[in-house]
Amino acid sequence: MSEYIGIVYALLGAAAAVFLAGAGSSMGVGIAGQAAAGVISEDPSKFAKVLILQLLPGTQGIYGLLVGFIVLSKIGLLGGSMAEVSVQTGLLILAACLPIGIVGLVSGKYQGKAAAGAIGVVAKKPEQFGKAMLFPAMVETYAILALLITILVVSAIQV
Amino acid sequence: MSDIDFTYAVARTRALEVHLFSASTIEQLLACTTYEECLDYLLEKGWGDDDTPRDAESILSREREKAWETVRELAPDMSMFDVLFYPNLFHNLKAAIKEVCTSETNAHIFYEDSPISGEQMMEIIREKDFGRLPQSMVRAAQDAYDTLLHTRDGQLCDVIVDKAALDAIYAAGKAAEDDIIRDYAESVVAVADIKIAVRAQKTAKTAEFMKRAMADCSTISVNDLIRAAGSSMEAIQEYLSGTVYAAGAKALEESTSAFERWCDNRIIETIKPQKYNSDSVGPIFAYAIARENEIKTVRIVLTGKQNDLPVDSIRERVREMYV
Repeated sequence: MSEYIGIVYALLGAAAAVFLAGAGSSMGVGIAGQAAAGVISEDPSKFAKVLILQLLPGTQGIYGLLVGFIVLSKIGLLGGSMAEVSVQTGLLILAACLPIGIVGLVSGKYQGKAAAGAIGVVAKKPEQFGKAMLFPAMVETYAILALLITILVVSAIQV
Repeated sequence: MSDIDFTYAVARTRALEVHLFSASTIEQLLACTTYEECLDYLLEKGWGDDDTPRDAESILSREREKAWETVRELAPDMSMFDVLFYPNLFHNLKAAIKEVCTSETNAHIFYEDSPISGEQMMEIIREKDFGRLPQSMVRAAQDAYDTLLHTRDGQLCDVIVDKAALDAIYAAGKAAEDDIIRDYAESVVAVADIKIAVRAQKTAKTAEFMKRAMADCSTISVNDLIRAAGSSMEAIQEYLSGTVYAAGAKALEESTSAFERWCDNRIIETIKPQKYNSDSVGPIFAYAIARENEIKTVRIVLTGKQNDLPVDSIRERVREMYV
């Protein structure tokens, strides 16, 4: 039983990345979706523009999924031959997954709020779509930084 | 700030704001040469409905109904808008007291878009069942009723009810969680006090009368304002110059209509920051006021055109727009 503890920690890391980042994205997309619905109820012609803005906070969930795949592949779960993972290595993988998990959760929610604000801009001035999109896109920077660190650390861990 | 999520409502409000009349739209309306042309312009802009009679009153009433239908859809809790309904509610109280005490019957004296309709109000006053009224109205209703019955002084009755309305607005503002409602209530009460002072000065009313009519608020000292009004119009201007209502002093110096316009503009200035607020009841509250202001401005233009007033004279009375 004790030989599986390392794997359990590694899986917890993958789960944290997928679950937290996914939760952040679903909150963000939900917030932006409410704003998009508000605009569409008055002006359906803006559907395409507000849909793009609504989808912006969805990327954190994708980053979490990507990290989850990398971890599963690393511990051999995807290939069918499970690697031997020590407790120490398992904990290292768990720690490596936390940046994208936590930053994904927080940035997803706040990117959703920024996207809702941008949708308000598009509702009033559709010609300012490009500028409006930049505001929620700024929040993305920090999710990308967290993803970068997570990938670098997970890749550096020897299994 | 309340915990209610306003994301949907604020975004929808932003989309609705696109259709609000701007200063340039009002200019275009002013440029119409006749009253009929103005009506055509409004109908082109989507005012009224297909079955709305082609007259100003019907079109404006329908627009008002549409505005409140939208606000009701947007607002999760209409009690947040109580401060906007108080003037109509207290007007209905005044009208009902006068009808009952004078045993006269006049048509169309009640506002129907009020929490208590004219019919209900008449019933309450006739039966002297003041307990059925909201708490803020009970004492004023009793006082105004007794005063009118014993003194037959309609103006005093008005003063009692109007003061109670201002007190109710101020109290509702103080109790509100959102800054916009608090700021709006403060502005409404302060502007009303200034108006009372100006009119009282012109008609040489006593300090006692003004004290009875004015409501307390944080940005105006009622005692100082009464003292200034008891002295001269210049004294009122001087007092206002030292407050946040300094622009009112300038307007007062300019003309009566400029002052009346400033009174309404001050309210619009109070709500303007809501254009940049993305998550509270503020934008919806501001939209409701902006629609009322828009309808009022269109009414001014239409009345001016109907009476063949010169464009400049109408323009002087035109209110500042929200967008």
